[in-house]
Amino acid sequence: MAITLTVNGTEHLLDVEPDMPLLWALRETLGLTGTKFGCGIAACGACTVHLDGRPVRTCTLPISAAVGKRVTTIEGLAQHGTLHAVQQVWVDAQVPQCGYCQSGIIMAVAGLLAQTPNPTDDEIDASLTNICRCGTFARVRKAIHQAAAPRTEGAAS
Amino acid sequence: MNKWTRRAFIGAGTITGGGFLLGVAGFTLAPGRHTLVSADAGEHGQLTTWITVTPDNLITILIPHCEMGQGTPTALAMMAAEEMNADWRLVRVQEAPALDEYANGYIIRTLSGDYVPAVMARGVDYGAFKIAQWFGFQVTGGSTAVRSTGEYGMRVAGAAAKEMLLTAAAQQFGVSMAECTAKSGRVLHAASGRSASFGELARAAAALPVPTSPALKNPDTFTLRRTAVPRLDIPSKVDGSAIYGIDVSVPGMLYAAVDFAPVQGGRVVHVDTKPAEAMRGVKKVLVLEEAVVVVADSFWRARKALAALTPEFHDGGNAGVSSETIFAAFDAALGAPPQMPATAATVVTADYKVPFLAHAGMEPISCTARVDGSHCDVWTGVQDPLNARSTAAKALGFENEQVTVHNQLLGGGFGRRLPFNFDYVDLGVRIAKAMSPTPVKMIWTRENDTQHDYYRPAGMSRHAGALDANGVPLAASSFYAGGGNGEAVFMPYAIPEKDADAKDAAHPIRLGQWRSVLNSQHGFFKESFIDEMAHAAGKDPFEFRRTMLNQQPRFKAALEKAAAMSGWGTPLPAGEGRGIAICESFGTIVAEVAHVSVSVAGRLKVLHMYAAVDCGDVVNLDTATAQVEGGIIFALSAALLGEITIKDGRVVERNFRDHQMIRIVDAPLVSVEFIRSNALLGGLGEPAVPPAAAALTNAIYAAAGVRVRELPVKKTPLVKQA
Ligand code: FES
Ligand code: FES
Repeated sequence: MAITLTVNGTEHLLDVEPDMPLLWALRETLGLTGTKFGCGIAACGACTVHLDGRPVRTCTLPISAAVGKRVTTIEGLAQHGTLHAVQQVWVDAQVPQCGYCQSGIIMAVAGLLAQTPNPTDDEIDASLTNICRCGTFARVRKAIHQAAAPRTEGAAS
Repeated sequence: MNKWTRRAFIGAGTITGGGFLLGVAGFTLAPGRHTLVSADAGEHGQLTTWITVTPDNLITILIPHCEMGQGTPTALAMMAAEEMNADWRLVRVQEAPALDEYANGYIIRTLSGDYVPAVMARGVDYGAFKIAQWFGFQVTGGSTAVRSTGEYGMRVAGAAAKEMLLTAAAQQFGVSMAECTAKSGRVLHAASGRSASFGELARAAAALPVPTSPALKNPDTFTLRRTAVPRLDIPSKVDGSAIYGIDVSVPGMLYAAVDFAPVQGGRVVHVDTKPAEAMRGVKKVLVLEEAVVVVADSFWRARKALAALTPEFHDGGNAGVSSETIFAAFDAALGAPPQMPATAATVVTADYKVPFLAHAGMEPISCTARVDGSHCDVWTGVQDPLNARSTAAKALGFENEQVTVHNQLLGGGFGRRLPFNFDYVDLGVRIAKAMSPTPVKMIWTRENDTQHDYYRPAGMSRHAGALDANGVPLAASSFYAGGGNGEAVFMPYAIPEKDADAKDAAHPIRLGQWRSVLNSQHGFFKESFIDEMAHAAGKDPFEFRRTMLNQQPRFKAALEKAAAMSGWGTPLPAGEGRGIAICESFGTIVAEVAHVSVSVAGRLKVLHMYAAVDCGDVVNLDTATAQVEGGIIFALSAALLGEITIKDGRVVERNFRDHQMIRIVDAPLVSVEFIRSNALLGGLGEPAVPPAAAALTNAIYAAAGVRVRELPVKKTPLVKQA
């Protein structure tokens, strides 16, 4: 059965089972390996992408659930060659170590900031449950506040 | 960072042929390795070049270490670029190919001690290089990259390159070399105002002999080192373009999923393969000695088919082994606590326990391989590509030369991907051989990864300490089971009687190196016990330690700095406390203070960790800081939650739901400061780990009056018993 999937603005026709997790269709069928496999049980966040702009964990999400929706992966986050604000602060704050968890964290944070442009530490703690074994958490938190800052400067002054 | 490929290799050779390559033998102290690369070196695979300068002024530095998140290639390149006075913006790095010429013998020299008499240096380096080559080491581990390859390789290579460029410029300008200076990628002759870029000089410089003992810069004149230079690999890690082992794609490849015999040492007895064979995408079911493997056209299909099988496994005779039996054996082996002097006014005793731990790098294990006739290609992420190559060769009955390892980025190493832990390379190539010539990517699930690791050894220690009537220590000794060594058990304190003796208690659980190796257990043991002695003496734990460190100025300075950073001694609200600990490992001394709160209900929060680090001197301030931050979080995750439990001979924990890691909500603030002692460079990837657990549990004691003697902390209720 063919499945139509819109990823990063491009429509694809895939011959895969409807219960195949979106993760494997992205990685293996479409070759978009920026989305990572970490646990397969929605417990680590490495596989996070956006579905209609909202972060979802794709290792347990059947591809059928993505039909008719916009899928955005880490490869599609930059617009017209300009890094997304979250990607840019990630470079500025030198967040990644091994980097393996970072696609998922960046997607989760981009989703958080779209909803809550200037999150408090408690809001960050509540929404960001990704695992990073290299322990980049302190920099992640700092970078989130940095990404949020330009938006609040105008309001504050 | 670019990956080395055979094509790029020959490409570089072509540049050589064009005469624009500046070659510097990396193992400068090794006799016979001084030769400049010949025009056709590329074709002969004899490349010994570490630094290349091309006419466009780009400097490419080959790095014989992998990137596993520590910024090692960036730091090593900085060391060479500093000596060259290069323009950092024009520096590129490339991982050295997995060829014997790039074995990093320096690891052995560093590990064998730092005192090498000048006259012996040549022989030692050469010997170490030979040994490394013999065993096929190209290791990134033991926190050695910067202090060995960097100190003895990259700096010398950079200095030699600069000298050659200066010589070439002097000849071109018709002046003496002493009148020329190198600055930001150019050579200047101040008197005449003439100058030339490194790129313009490269061709002439490459024709010069390589200096045997170029002058190294005085560390006081460093301009690039100690700065926070952005890492070269970061841009690819924010846009999804970085390729890790698990991401490799080889045309026509299939995917393999694996089901291992669950009990350590177990074997497959029987499996009916038919249910899987009928499923979509399945190409083959392999029944190997230790595992059942399904090969399919997608990993998900392979896994689904594997789940349809019900293999029978033999338990290898280990089904009776459990964490309880292992610790009972430790307990019996330890026996009575060490004898204390009869003059003691107070004797303190305590036992401590730490569990097995898994590495749990975020990237599950994978190995892609293709066996085609008499050649095998392997794509994977390892901390030692040369040993991975020999592992693959051995599994296939090949010579090393018949195997090419294409090393990829590592999604965390932490010791799992060190030599002699290459079970996944061994298995990956056997699967590829069975499917030859089709390439196969074997991926382990998180469950495979958790249950088939080489674990940080569990351990137990039994301590006794003696104080005189004034609370001054007379003795502090221990017995330990589960592993230890001189570095791990070393206590810097001036105590008249100090002893630590190993008591053995063997078990069948597969063991390996875990970030900071045996220091992670013993840092907790010894720094918990000294804290208990301080409290028994009625003394402040920081002052108690400090008064015993007068003979150890580096330890004392680090301890004082960490205490000062944390505001040690200033009052805290009820339910909060600070704990301190200090350890040396891999040549680096780290003192840490934990600041925690424990609620009345026993809820723990780690608020802030402070670390004072003496690694001699830092190379890249930002990556050095990141390593300490990360090491502390890694250690805290283990101390708070980390545990691998054995039951009926098998690992109980499976995935991140029952094998918990800390997340951002649990992560404290981390403050890091470095002390420039100018001691020999120490490592940084690991030394922040050992003191963290004891700093934490010492702080819990200060906050709540509960002494945690067993890790992880979650096993101990933190409400003081009446
Ligand atoms: S891989 Fe999907 S949450 Fe871990
Ligand atoms: S950066 Fe390595 S796991 Fe997060």
